[in-house]
Amino acid sequence: MALVNLSVDGRTHSIDVEPDMPLLYALRDELGLNNPRFGCGLAQCGACTVLMDGQPIRACVVPVAAATGELQTLNGIGTADKPHPVQQAFIDEQVPFCGYCVNGWIMYSVALLERDPAPTDEAIRQGFAGLKCRCGAHSAILRAVKRAAEQIQARGA
Amino acid sequence: MRWLETRVQRRSVLKGAGALVVSGSIPGFVSQAGAADQPLWRQLSPGQLDTYLKISEEGAVTAFFGKMDMGQGVDISIAQIVADELDVPLDRVEVVMGDTALTVNQGGASGSSGLEEGGIPLRNAAAEARRVLMDLAAEKLEVSVAQLATENGAVIVGRDPTRQLGYGELIGGRHFDVRLEWNGRYGNGLRAEGIANPKHPSEYQVVGQPALRRDLPGIVMGTHQYVVDVKVPDMVHGRVVRPSVAGSVPTAVNENSIRSILGASVVHEGDFLGVVAEREWDAIRAARQLEVTWSEVEPPFPEMDELYTYIRRAPVVRESAGGGRSPDVVPDKASVEAALAEADRVIEAEYEFPFQSHGCMAPACAVCDYRGDSATLWTGSQKPHYAAEGVAKLLDLPVENVRGIWVLGPGSYGRSDAGDAAMDAALMSRAVGRPVRVQGMRDEGTAWDPKAPASVHYVRAGFDSEGNVVGYEFRMKAFSVGDTESNESNPSHTLAGMLTGWPNASVHRLSNPGDRYEFPNKVRYWQTIAPLLGKASPLRTAHLRDPLGPQNHFASESFIDEMAIAVAADPVEFRLQYLKEARDADVLRAAAERYGWEPRVSGPTAIPAGGVVTGRGVAYTRRGDSVVAVIAEVEVNLDTGRVWPRKFVVAADQGLVVNPLWLERTLEGNIIHATSRALHEEVRFSPEHVTSVDWVSYPILEMDLAPEEIDVVIINRPELPVYGAGEPSTRPVTPAIANAIFDATGLRIRRVPFTPERIRSALETVS
Repeated sequence: MALVNLSVDGRTHSIDVEPDMPLLYALRDELGLNNPRFGCGLAQCGACTVLMDGQPIRACVVPVAAATGELQTLNGIGTADKPHPVQQAFIDEQVPFCGYCVNGWIMYSVALLERDPAPTDEAIRQGFAGLKCRCGAHSAILRAVKRAAEQIQARGA
Repeated sequence: MRWLETRVQRRSVLKGAGALVVSGSIPGFVSQAGAADQPLWRQLSPGQLDTYLKISEEGAVTAFFGKMDMGQGVDISIAQIVADELDVPLDRVEVVMGDTALTVNQGGASGSSGLEEGGIPLRNAAAEARRVLMDLAAEKLEVSVAQLATENGAVIVGRDPTRQLGYGELIGGRHFDVRLEWNGRYGNGLRAEGIANPKHPSEYQVVGQPALRRDLPGIVMGTHQYVVDVKVPDMVHGRVVRPSVAGSVPTAVNENSIRSILGASVVHEGDFLGVVAEREWDAIRAARQLEVTWSEVEPPFPEMDELYTYIRRAPVVRESAGGGRSPDVVPDKASVEAALAEADRVIEAEYEFPFQSHGCMAPACAVCDYRGDSATLWTGSQKPHYAAEGVAKLLDLPVENVRGIWVLGPGSYGRSDAGDAAMDAALMSRAVGRPVRVQGMRDEGTAWDPKAPASVHYVRAGFDSEGNVVGYEFRMKAFSVGDTESNESNPSHTLAGMLTGWPNASVHRLSNPGDRYEFPNKVRYWQTIAPLLGKASPLRTAHLRDPLGPQNHFASESFIDEMAIAVAADPVEFRLQYLKEARDADVLRAAAERYGWEPRVSGPTAIPAGGVVTGRGVAYTRRGDSVVAVIAEVEVNLDTGRVWPRKFVVAADQGLVVNPLWLERTLEGNIIHATSRALHEEVRFSPEHVTSVDWVSYPILEMDLAPEEIDVVIINRPELPVYGAGEPSTRPVTPAIANAIFDATGLRIRRVPFTPERIRSALETVS
C-alpha cells in the first residue's frame, strides 16, 4: 500500500492503495466516481475511459500510480445545467440504448473534436477504433458527433 | 473506506408479510423519487387497480409496470399509453418498474412483449381509473357522468369548464380500492381489466407522438446508476473461480494461498468455488491467486472445425413441426417427398450458424444481501421477479421474503450471464453472512455466458416445368434453445445451481422460420440434439435476441433467393408471388419502393476479378404479428474480403405505433446488432474450453463497418394492436447481407459469420 495523489475533475485526492491497482478501481471504489465503468479490463472496449491531460486513457489498465496528470471524467466535462456540447448532442440525438458504453464514446468525441473540430466521416470512424457498443447505437453516435461539431463551430464563429 | 452518497437505509422488516423494506435512496431509482415510499399496505394483487396506478395529492400519476426497459424506451411508451387513457400530460406520468416489491410479475423483458402484452393491463387500469375519477367527480359536483369529460388531469363539466376537479383533489394520496378482472396468470400473459373500455385509437393524442427517454440525460451526464454502481453498507466483493477445463470441479482448495490478501476468504460449496474480499481489486487478485486442484475430466467438446459435422451426426433427441412449447407435431415428410419426386427440378442447400455470445458490454453484476430469513437482490437481469424466485429457491426462503430490485445493467438481450451473477451473489452472501457484490471478469461475459445455439439447416425445393414451386422442405438441426431456460426461477438453469447439486433440467425445443410463403407441400420441422456437456457448461444454450431468428432466417431467406435465382426471378417479385397476406406484401413493397429497387435477377453477369463491388439483398420475415423487410446494400472488397453493409432500408409493420422515435431507434439498434452477428461473431472453443474470452477472440462490430445509413419505413396500423418491435428486425439482417454478397460477387456464403477470411477462401474456391 502507498499514498497516491490523484487530480480528478479539478480536485486533488490522496488515497492509500496498491500502486499497481488499475486507476479504475481507485476512481470507483475509493473516490466514488462511478461513470468510468468496467467493461473488459483489457483496454478493448472503452467503457472505463477518462481523459488525462485531455487525452483519452483506459482506466482499467493504467496503474493508479501512473495517473499523474489532470484527470477528467464524464461527470467533470459538463453539468446538468451546462452540459458539454457533445453531451447535449448525445441527448438531442437520443443516442444511448443501455448507455453503459457511452462514457467511452463521449470522452473520445470530446478529445476528437478538440483536435479536429470538423472531422470527416472517415476521421470519426478512425477516431473511434477500439470502442464497443453492444446495443447498436453506432449510427446515432455518428449523427451526434456531427451535430456536436456543428454546435461547437457555431459557437466559435 | 468511503461510500457513495448512494446509500440504502434498512428500515423495518414489514410485519406480517416478512418482506424487507428498503427505503430512502434506492440505487437505480434516483430519478423515480417517491416510488420507494409507496406504502406496502397490501400484497400486490394483479386484480387491484392500485397495483398499477397511484395519483398523488398534486395529481401526479405513477404507473407500476411489471416489466422493464433495457434501453429501447418501453417505459416512456407505457407513460404515453397511461397519459392518453387518463387525459393527463405526459410529463405528469412517472413509471416505476423492475422492483418486485412495487410491481406485479408481468414477465420481465421477454419476447418483445413489453408493449404488445405488458401495455395491456396498464392501459386497462388507466381507463378504469378515469372511469372511477369521473364517478367521484359526478358525486361531488352533483351532475351526471354523462355531463362530464376529462382533460389535462381534471374532470370537467362539459358545458361549464369553470366547474372542474383535479385528479389530485378527487383521489390524491388515497387508494382507488377498485377490483379488476384478472385472468389468473402471471408473466407475459397477465391480463387485468376493469369495467371501462379503453379509448378508441382515433382519440389518441400522446400515443403516436415521438417521446424522449427520460433516463438519457442522467446516462449522458454520468449520473445515472447502473447495477455495477450499487453499494450497500458492509458489502464485500465476490468473484467466482471457474475451471480451465469445462466440466472440471475443484477437489482441493489451498486457502492459505490467498492469505497475503487482507480480508480475502474462500467460498466453497458443493462444486461452487468463489472468493470474497473487502475491496474489489483484492477479490480479483484473490481469484487469480487461489491455488485449486481440479478434477481430471475428459475434454467435453469436439474440435471447433468439427462442430457442424458433429451436429449432422448427433442423434436427434426431439423432432417436431410445431412450436417448441407445444406437443410434438409430426412433420408430413411423405407429402413433400412425393412432391419433390415428381418435380421437374429440385434444388437444395445446407446452412451453418455458429454459437454466439451475448457479449454484453460488461460481465454481469449482482448484489445480494442474505439476512437469514429474507434476502434482497439487486440485479441487471431482465426478469427480476423470476430471478428473485430463483434466489429464494436456491437459498430455501419463501418467495415473498426475497425482494428483487432491477437496476439497469450493461445491456440485456436475453438470458445472459446476469441470471448467473444473481445466483452467485446469493450463494456467497449466505456463505459469508454479508451483502456480496459479484461482477465477473471479461471472460465470464463471453466464455461463460449462455450461448445462442449453433445449428445446421437443410432446405430443399422443387419446381414444375414452368418454374412454379411444388414442394418445400426446411429442417433445422441444433442444440436446444431451452438448454438454459430464460425464465430464471429455476436454479437448475444456473451455473451456481448446477454446481450445488440442482439436477439438470434441460428442455428440448426449437422453432421454425416465421414466414408466410404459401408453397404447396410446405413442410418445416426441427430436431434438437443433446448438449455437449450436461452440467455447468460454457456452451450451454439459451435465448439471445430474437432466439433462433437469425439462424433460421439466414437459411430460409438465403434459400428463397436461391429459389428465385433457380427460376431466373427477381427476389422481391419472387417473394411477392408467394406472399398472399396484404401486411406481408405491403411491408416488402414499402422497403423495395424506399430503396428504389429495380427488378432483375440477382448476381453479377461475371465474377469480377478484384476491387470493390456492390450488391443489394432483401429478406422478409414475420415474428408473431410483426412484419419486417430489410434491404442491405453491401460493398465487398474482393482483394481483402472485407464486407461493409453501407446502407440498409428497413420497413416494419408493428401494428399501432406508440412512440415512432424509439421505434425507429429500436429498429436501428437491431439492424446494427444483427450486422455484428452476421459479420463477426462466432464463439471459438477447443475440446477443453471456450477460447472466446474477450473482444479480440470474440470481435463485435466497431465503427469502421457501421452502416452509413439506415433508412426506416414505419407502416403505422392504428386499427391493429401494438405488436412487439424489440427483436423482429434482427432476423432478416443476416440473409439480406448474404443475398447482397451474392448479388455483388456471385458467391453464396452458407456459413456465418461473413469474415474477410471466409469471403477470400470462397473466392479462391471459385477461381
